[in-house]
Amino acid sequence: MNVMIQTPLTDPWEGFSDGAWRRSVDVRGFIQANYTPYAGDAAFLAGPTERTSKLWDELGVLLKKEREAGVLDVSADRPSSITAHDAGYINRDLELIVGLQTDAPLKRAIMPNGGLRMVENGLDAFGFKPDATVHEIWTKHRKSHNQGVFDVYSSDIIACRKSGVITGLPDAYGRGRIIGDYRRVALYGIDFLKAEKLGEFHELDDAVFDDTTIRLREELQEQYRALDDLHEMGLKYHVDMAAPAMTAHDAVQFTYLAYLAAVKEQNGAAMSFGRTSTFLDIYIQRDLDRGLLDEATAQELIDDMVIKLRIVRFLRTPEYDELFSGDPTWVTESIGGIGLDGRPLVTKTSMRILNTLYNLGPAPEPNLTVLWSDQLPRGFKDFCARVSKDTSAIQYENDDLMRVKWGDDYGIACCVSAMAIGKQMQFFGARANLAKALLYAINGGVDEKSGKKVAHGFEPITGDVLEYDEVVAKFDKTMDWLAKTYVKALNTIHYMHDKYAYERIEMALHDRDILRTMACGIAGLSIAADSLSAIKHAKVHVIRNDEGLAVDYRIEGDYPAFGNNDDRVDDIAVWLTETFMKKIEAQPYFYRNATPTQSILTITSNVVYGKKTGNTPCGRRAGEPFAPGANPMNGRDKKGFVAAGASVAKLPYEYAQDGISWTASATPDSMGHTEAEQVRNLANCLDGFTKAGGFHVNVNMLKRETLLDAMEHPEQYPQLTVRVSGYAVNFVKLSREQQLDVIGRTFHGSM
Amino acid sequence: MTVSTPGDTFDGVHAHAGHGFLHSVESGAAVDGPGMRFVFFMAGCQFRCLYCHNPDTWKLHNGRRVEVEDVLAEVGSYAGFLKFAGGVTFSGGEPMLQAAFVGAAAAAIKDRYGLHIALDTQGFLHGTVADEWFDNIDLVMLDIKQIDPGKYRVLTAQPLQPTLDCAERMVRLGKPLRIRYVLVPGWTDAADDVARMADYVAGLGPLVELVEVLPFHQMGISKWDRLGLDYRLRDTPTPTPDETHAAREVFRSRGLTAA
Repeated sequence: MNVMIQTPLTDPWEGFSDGAWRRSVDVRGFIQANYTPYAGDAAFLAGPTERTSKLWDELGVLLKKEREAGVLDVSADRPSSITAHDAGYINRDLELIVGLQTDAPLKRAIMPNGGLRMVENGLDAFGFKPDATVHEIWTKHRKSHNQGVFDVYSSDIIACRKSGVITGLPDAYGRGRIIGDYRRVALYGIDFLKAEKLGEFHELDDAVFDDTTIRLREELQEQYRALDDLHEMGLKYHVDMAAPAMTAHDAVQFTYLAYLAAVKEQNGAAMSFGRTSTFLDIYIQRDLDRGLLDEATAQELIDDMVIKLRIVRFLRTPEYDELFSGDPTWVTESIGGIGLDGRPLVTKTSMRILNTLYNLGPAPEPNLTVLWSDQLPRGFKDFCARVSKDTSAIQYENDDLMRVKWGDDYGIACCVSAMAIGKQMQFFGARANLAKALLYAINGGVDEKSGKKVAHGFEPITGDVLEYDEVVAKFDKTMDWLAKTYVKALNTIHYMHDKYAYERIEMALHDRDILRTMACGIAGLSIAADSLSAIKHAKVHVIRNDEGLAVDYRIEGDYPAFGNNDDRVDDIAVWLTETFMKKIEAQPYFYRNATPTQSILTITSNVVYGKKTGNTPCGRRAGEPFAPGANPMNGRDKKGFVAAGASVAKLPYEYAQDGISWTASATPDSMGHTEAEQVRNLANCLDGFTKAGGFHVNVNMLKRETLLDAMEHPEQYPQLTVRVSGYAVNFVKLSREQQLDVIGRTFHGSM
Repeated sequence: MTVSTPGDTFDGVHAHAGHGFLHSVESGAAVDGPGMRFVFFMAGCQFRCLYCHNPDTWKLHNGRRVEVEDVLAEVGSYAGFLKFAGGVTFSGGEPMLQAAFVGAAAAAIKDRYGLHIALDTQGFLHGTVADEWFDNIDLVMLDIKQIDPGKYRVLTAQPLQPTLDCAERMVRLGKPLRIRYVLVPGWTDAADDVARMADYVAGLGPLVELVEVLPFHQMGISKWDRLGLDYRLRDTPTPTPDETHAAREVFRSRGLTAA
């Protein structure tokens, strides 16, 4: 349904401030000059309209079918693009905000530019037939990103990939973690953006035509064409985006369609949405003032947009789902934060988007991320805490740490990666497994599971008791080797992704000259730190197999474990973070002059990392899952979650600018006697963690019994949402192993 | 470890101010006093409550020997947080078994960090300290396990009266009070017992800011087993939410706030 709002406006910017944002693209300038901060409580919010509930219920039938089948349907006959599919609807008469990835809801697209194998394995796994023409094109006439990467990989990279000392490299699928500034389409309209791109192109007419300029000029043309395609796509839905949005409805619709174009063409590991709610609030407030909307219809627009964001889907393989469980898409929306001028960037629409978790029930997507500061208004803090308590669907990130680094118009890509929107992108780099690397240091580069030599040129430790200084010296060299191999792989991946699977619409919604980061990452931090702590503070005996390979360890005495706010081991974790980052920075070349960063984040791959890593000197058994992200190892944090958070907060953001992830769980009852106490205590804990320099926290407020019951009766818990490392999942979509891992993690309930 | 204190006897009181015995700490407690609490679980208790969920805290010398400086160091890094979010709670075990040490530690925390301090006690040993001892205690959470003296003795192996004396003394000292009452089916949930308890607590007056009715749970069972102790409440059920609610209503009907 296209709601025909009779608008008296002839100037889309009527009522907006004057300023430089009118002359060239400057969404931040527009927001700062026009937004209305909101410091009140949540009492104004409206519930779902009958229309919203009806649409959500209709979709619920399809979602149920999808849960049962894994994948509901695939458009396997054509490679997806911005314009590949006709318009599609859930129920045309009920939809306020239109646009689907293909011509039907939950029907997934194929995007072979990332890699044909991923497409065909995905089709095969869910019982669909690969298309012969597509197969021929991507084997005979067209190369994919995946092929390009493997043409270049060295044998050491392949060995690392196979053993799992480097895991999750985006070399077989879209890299993601790029956020187009989708708001630009609403604010300026496509014609304005095209003219800007053309201007940027012609500015380079007289530049030296070296490979950098040539590549950039070609990319600008691609971007320009993508904007044309976006316009054409809109017209299929009878939405003309040539000129700026006139109404709040237009603004929501245009912003969403711009995002939709991105997810029609890229199956990036994370396809994040940006920081839209305060931007959209300006339009909603204008329409409220004009009498075109009331609270119910304003909420309805946001509810409808969120329904669409909840059904973004990609075709992926079971192996991929094992690594990134729960079919996540990381449609991350960043909410709140404080402006550089000290005014909170909280508006009523910041609350409205959180309110979707009540109106539509909890859900993992969009990945609602609150940019926290103790300067946020009390009403907003309390509402966030209440929503967390009721839904476990929000994550929190430290705006005070990020604002000074990235300004006040950054958004989070994926889980914890901050980037100034439209001005910055990252080359996503997955993770190096530091715990496994420590075992390589002990075994001289021989893999503890396969017995194969993975790192060459190293000698094993031969003593029966591990000596701290010797282990650290060898580990240091091993990390040099790991960083070198890792960055070689990442340079290759991103060179090829630009070449064969360029994100043309996302980049069309960026400035021409942007900051690129190369986001490396580490997994197994707490295991590596605990292992070194055991070696240093207790006595660790080595147990070797017949081949002389160290395969197990016996610990004599106690050692301080990470997560108890004990500097004796926390300092080791800090040292590891700094040391590996410095080794990354020391590499001679980063593709496209990228600035290296790193994250301490594992997503749910902590289960897979565990499988790939043998016994570790901290006492962890082979195969046992890693702790997620920067979490202390399960059960080793003995002093409660505030102490655990204090340990995590010591990890220096300066050396992990791609983010540090912590997942904390508690039962609601343990957080206070009454709802008001629970809300206040949680908000105070977030203030305390933020002030201590903590970067990120997933807050789960769940009862253990609920999760156990959901394992037995998944059909009764279709919307049960659990936050894992940096994102949220439908609990019932996790594998049993991952469910047990979630339950087994420290539940900080009162005992 | 050389300790020049009365040993680990049933009714032994640890009388040293310079050092104490700490069972464990909890940095993120939210139901052990107002707001977020840093809790010191002191080792040792002369009660042997049948439903105890921390029997591993009974023995004084099972604890880690700590000095006042250690306590300050434990709290120190959270002081800024606890200042606006809550405070410190001394619990146990029975913290008054180490009253000299706990008093010194509370004074030091008050002096250095100015934090809110709560004491979680069954009150039996209050007579061992002077009134001034309570100056640094901002809130007393008094655990009254039964209002019937006979049943109290069966349940705890100790007499009830000292605990009631403690309650009345706190009223005299003007000390804010929270009363804790564990609802144990078959042991403390008789309608008459709950009603008499409510009457008694209401009689203590407006210093009682909250009555916490805590439903009995079986989470302590593994500790009893591990310690090789005879756990007589093995088959005692957990109160239903309705039963817990009903007990709270009895207190509320006397004008008390109950949770």
